[in-house]
Amino acid sequence: MAIDENTVRRVAHLARLALPEERVAPMAAELNGILAWIEQLNEVDVEGVEPMTSAVAVALPMREDVVADGGSPDRVLANAPKAEDGFFVVPKVVE
Amino acid sequence: MSAELTKLTLTSALSGLGSGAFSSRELTDAFLDAIEAANPALNAYVLVTGDKARAMADAADARRKRGEAGPLEGAPLGIKDLFCTQGVRSTACSKVLGAFTPTYESSVTARLFADGAVMLGKLNMDEFAMGSSNETSAFGPVVSPWRRGNSETKLTPGGSSGGSASAVAADLCLGATATDTGGSIRQPAAFTGTVGIKPTYGRCSRWGIVAFASSLDQAGPIAKTVTDAALLLRSMCGHDPKDSTSLPIETPDFTAACGKSVKGLRIGIPKEYRVDGMPAEIEALWTQGIAWLKDAGCTIVDISLPHTKYALPAYYIVAPAEASSNLARYDGMRYGLRADGRDLTDVYQKSRAEGFGKEVQRRIMIGTYVLSAGYYDAYYLRAQKVRQRIAQDFRDAYEKVDAILTPTAPSAAFGLGEKSGDPVQMYLNDIFTVTANLAGLPGLSLPAAVDASGLPLGLQVIGRALDEETVFSVSAALEKAAGFAAKPTAWW
Repeated sequence: MAIDENTVRRVAHLARLALPEERVAPMAAELNGILAWIEQLNEVDVEGVEPMTSAVAVALPMREDVVADGGSPDRVLANAPKAEDGFFVVPKVVE
Repeated sequence: MSAELTKLTLTSALSGLGSGAFSSRELTDAFLDAIEAANPALNAYVLVTGDKARAMADAADARRKRGEAGPLEGAPLGIKDLFCTQGVRSTACSKVLGAFTPTYESSVTARLFADGAVMLGKLNMDEFAMGSSNETSAFGPVVSPWRRGNSETKLTPGGSSGGSASAVAADLCLGATATDTGGSIRQPAAFTGTVGIKPTYGRCSRWGIVAFASSLDQAGPIAKTVTDAALLLRSMCGHDPKDSTSLPIETPDFTAACGKSVKGLRIGIPKEYRVDGMPAEIEALWTQGIAWLKDAGCTIVDISLPHTKYALPAYYIVAPAEASSNLARYDGMRYGLRADGRDLTDVYQKSRAEGFGKEVQRRIMIGTYVLSAGYYDAYYLRAQKVRQRIAQDFRDAYEKVDAILTPTAPSAAFGLGEKSGDPVQMYLNDIFTVTANLAGLPGLSLPAAVDASGLPLGLQVIGRALDEETVFSVSAALEKAAGFAAKPTAWW
């Protein structure tokens, strides 16, 4: 399953990475190199094998659905690139 | 006096603090002086928190005076920059986090500080822990304190915990925190003549550690001796309700396992770890390790882990897939770098392109591709099934053996720039360590010999899930037999 340049552009968009046009071909080559190496997994017989989801078998812990933290907008906004009046300021989303 | 203090092991420093031979403040000042002298050359610390360290040391001395000393009271440690530290810049060595300063403390560092540890500063690492040579850091590579004989070639301390390994090896802290997703504790430990352990997945809370690949990431220490590693690990482990994968179990006293007899233990030697092109010195070291354990009364058992060769390819699907998902949070809106753009999508794309380095972008691309519509079953699901096969290999092996002995890395430390051209060549560094991450097992690397050019080589002990104690017993026996005493000569 070789990756062509259009696929690279599509994946970069899905990943929200601005990829300059001159990086598209080299990126395709790099990804194809890695994927060609990964292809050897097709040799493994995985018929009837359950995919691994956790290393040590434990039941997912449950907790009460209660507020345990919060009420500290200053801490939440402390690292914001832009904040005003207790809100994050972001680029316009709706025209 | 102060140069001598930094050379102490954690265990002997704690005993000196306990007897009043020196104070934590004196010890901390000695380390801060050593860092000031060495860091311009080694680049191990990306941030030195001198004032905080002195304040923590004074508080530790006061607690000790009141008879309230914790198990690590007054011990100066370095903290990998992947751990969020309250009020102290934490960047995962990525430009995308900028000057991010957490308003909270990671669970692991909180545990260490509650036990009395002092933080000297934040340690350099590969960006988001993605790398095996510390060359992907936004702060530039760490240089190993070790050199090939008299050559001035700059060597890598390994990665991703290169700052942790370099700082411990150069006596710039008593021990350090580190993290291991595919070998990032054990390979740097092997490259720098230090001891590093990745515990069983779920022993250490991941809360407050910047996420890379959540099903593989585990914290652990890098230290000067096996006992020091046991002491640090005991403080780092423990159940944390804030991490749903943290195991609700007691932490044993790992130090009690160090020095325990290994007589009668069965040690597995996996034939698949005898890879093509392995240097003769590594082969010889492995044979020597087998002989040491035989002498200590262990039974050596040849075993097979047939799916070993598929571990790295499976890892390079699972880890980038999880990373692409985890790193989606860096969108330039709530924290970190925000680039200018013509609309929202453009701001996202430019912030991420400017903020992430080349290797991180490469892994996000692979991860996004293997998770994209139509490819999930062929890649991610298949890799998770192969992972189950690898874990089953280990379960079968542990029917017959109590621990497994392997080399830690396929070579000694290499020069900076020597392998950075080809990603797959770089990935092969983790060939012996990545299996323990995929299967969630504890693995420890300890220094066992030096090669012909004087560089350290490591052996790895892999244990059953939750059986760190046997890993520590076997490692302590190997440490005793090896008598590894080599130290880098200070050239900085």
